[in-house]
Amino acid sequence: MAYFIQQLINGLTLGAIYGLIAIGYTMVYGIIGMINFAHGEIYMIGAFLAIISYLVFGDMGIVSIPILLMGMLVISMIFTAAYGWTVERLAYRPLRGSFRLAPLISAIGMSIALQNYVQISQGARVKPIQPVVQGGFQLFTQGGFAVQITYLQIVIWVLTTALMVGFTYLITQTSLGRQQRACEQDRKMASLIGVNVDRTISLTFVLGAALAAVAGLITTLYYGVIDFYVGFLAGMKAFTAAVLGGIGSLPGAMLGGLMIGLIEAFWSAYFTIEYKDVATFGILVLVLIFKPTGFLGKPEVEKV
Amino acid sequence: MADTVIDTKKPGLMVGWLDLGAMLKECVITALLSAVLFLPFIALHADTGGSGGLVIETRWDSWAWFVLAAFVGRALLVVWRENPSSRTRDMLAKTVVTPVGGFFRKNMVAIGLVALVLAVLFPISPFGNRYSVDVATTWMIYIMLGWGLNIVVGLAGLLDLGYVAFYAVGAYSYALLSQTFGWSFWVCLPLAGVFAAFFGVILGFPVLRLRGDYLAIVTLGFGEIIRVILLNWYNVTNGPDGISGIERPTLFGLEFGRNAAEGGTTFHDFFGLEYSTMYRVVFLFYLILALAVLTNLFTQRIRKLPVGRAWEALREDEIACRSLGMNPTNIKLSAFALGAMFGGFAGSFFATRQGFISPESFTFIESAVILAIVVLGGMGSQIGVVIAAFFLIVLPEMAREFEQYRMLVFGAAMVAVMVWRPRGLLSYRDPTILFSKITGRKSTGREHQA
Repeated sequence: MAYFIQQLINGLTLGAIYGLIAIGYTMVYGIIGMINFAHGEIYMIGAFLAIISYLVFGDMGIVSIPILLMGMLVISMIFTAAYGWTVERLAYRPLRGSFRLAPLISAIGMSIALQNYVQISQGARVKPIQPVVQGGFQLFTQGGFAVQITYLQIVIWVLTTALMVGFTYLITQTSLGRQQRACEQDRKMASLIGVNVDRTISLTFVLGAALAAVAGLITTLYYGVIDFYVGFLAGMKAFTAAVLGGIGSLPGAMLGGLMIGLIEAFWSAYFTIEYKDVATFGILVLVLIFKPTGFLGKPEVEKV
Repeated sequence: MADTVIDTKKPGLMVGWLDLGAMLKECVITALLSAVLFLPFIALHADTGGSGGLVIETRWDSWAWFVLAAFVGRALLVVWRENPSSRTRDMLAKTVVTPVGGFFRKNMVAIGLVALVLAVLFPISPFGNRYSVDVATTWMIYIMLGWGLNIVVGLAGLLDLGYVAFYAVGAYSYALLSQTFGWSFWVCLPLAGVFAAFFGVILGFPVLRLRGDYLAIVTLGFGEIIRVILLNWYNVTNGPDGISGIERPTLFGLEFGRNAAEGGTTFHDFFGLEYSTMYRVVFLFYLILALAVLTNLFTQRIRKLPVGRAWEALREDEIACRSLGMNPTNIKLSAFALGAMFGGFAGSFFATRQGFISPESFTFIESAVILAIVVLGGMGSQIGVVIAAFFLIVLPEMAREFEQYRMLVFGAAMVAVMVWRPRGLLSYRDPTILFSKITGRKSTGREHQA
């Protein structure tokens, strides 16, 4: 039981990361109907920015942990958002109205290019950092197994929850969110009533990238080590999460992220850790075959 | 009112057709954006310090160069875009067939034959030293993989991101069959193709009903699953250590080693020649050449059969095909299986050539390279694959010092081709069968694929 609860805690933390990335996939899919294959790379860039900003703040002599965390958060969100915007502008916007697979191929190219850009500019070796937030407390002990929650996990949950609340407010209550949802429903109609569609799509990418940056920051803090290749697998899993929750649905993305995180944690705990990626991909395949709309998604009607 | 608004935006300093003010504005914005983007990655570098921890290293000069390059690049782009007499731009924007593509299209058969003769003569020509034949062999492998994937991506329009899985299946099935049962390459080659095709059917059957982009992701997932299984199934695949000592192919029972195995004869003994490692290299080259030509001929022929036409029809409009009573799943499945089969052939050739295989050789990057060859060459174009494979495989091989930039350039080139020429550099998409404009008759001439 204790072991189970510990895995639950770990799985929820992992799920928060996947959920944050999955939102980026699901929003972009909702608005322009493409799989933003480069989104995993955007997340990886966010993780690198977290490390670089951590080092820069360290050089500046900032030691207060809350200030350090806030600084890392803001810096990585801003710069990653800039990358998200640029990717959309360079690789996707010129392809509106091209054939269906063109944006996907372009996105794959962008993903390869970004991965190698970071590899060349920052080196291929893994980047380790010291734990920033240390310590934790024991919930209870049972049969010699202590269930622990680290302070970092609490920080991650609070941060993710706050972001989700803020994000939901942004999408449901503000005019910006209304425009975003309008474009999602019908781009042509939205442009006819004066919504700047291009700007809204750009903004979608910016928001998705900012959330992916937070996921990157969390990864950096939680695992303490990243390399240029982290984006590929995490991106795939987050995409699985988005599909599982129902692509196009924001709560679905978060739900799917949590489920993938839990599945992965429990699979590693109770089955073989080597095959945990196979488990995720297997879920992706099964969901796409048997329930392509996911849990909270709307069925897609193909119109001629 | 609206008119005056437009009028107030008066052109700045005009030099001929070029609005310098607007251009400068664009360039400055680009430079500022690139300054922001490059700041954390180019100007700052998280380097591993002496104590093992990370330290920040600054590279302000290269940052400045990058920003300057962005400024100049944008300026050149504006000039190119605004120039009223820019022929390349109009060509990219308007024409379906580039002059180069048109040239290839008209002289298809001749070019193909010349290329084939050149390829056959290559190993015995003065250029045919050990290294160059080796590189050419690698080139041919990728041409064959590109042609195999072209059936799936170019003809049937299914984006397969896990093609390398079939390559792996072919390689491992040859290696395992030959090591377990001691079967020769020639027995295993067709079996490897059959196995790969079988995998193609198994993997394809449940997922081919999915829409294009979902299919792409699922095939990517399958590719990864197969790689992870190869990596972890120690008892059979020997895990990350791979399989070594894979048997080399023989020419009608003649071996290419220095000494023949028990009861065998070596090639050089049989023909009374001096022993040279070159014979095997040349033999392998001819072998892959034959396999690749087989792939090409097969594709050319099958395009004219009902199933080949069905692939192309399905690529253009699935709904129309379904309403005409075609079964999309079966048609796609045949494309998937045939593409996989050629991947399997290429895989077993790869295994026998290297003598060693490990899961390392079958990563997603490999799939991406093959896809890049098909996409850059022009989907559905046969000669495009040859040329793209030259740029993507042979050139990087010759310029080894730029090795690390190879994938960066691939990625950027894929984006650029999609933006400027979504159908690929040499491509045009004629249907295989056309109604001729003048007579209305069916023309079955040479206007198919480049």
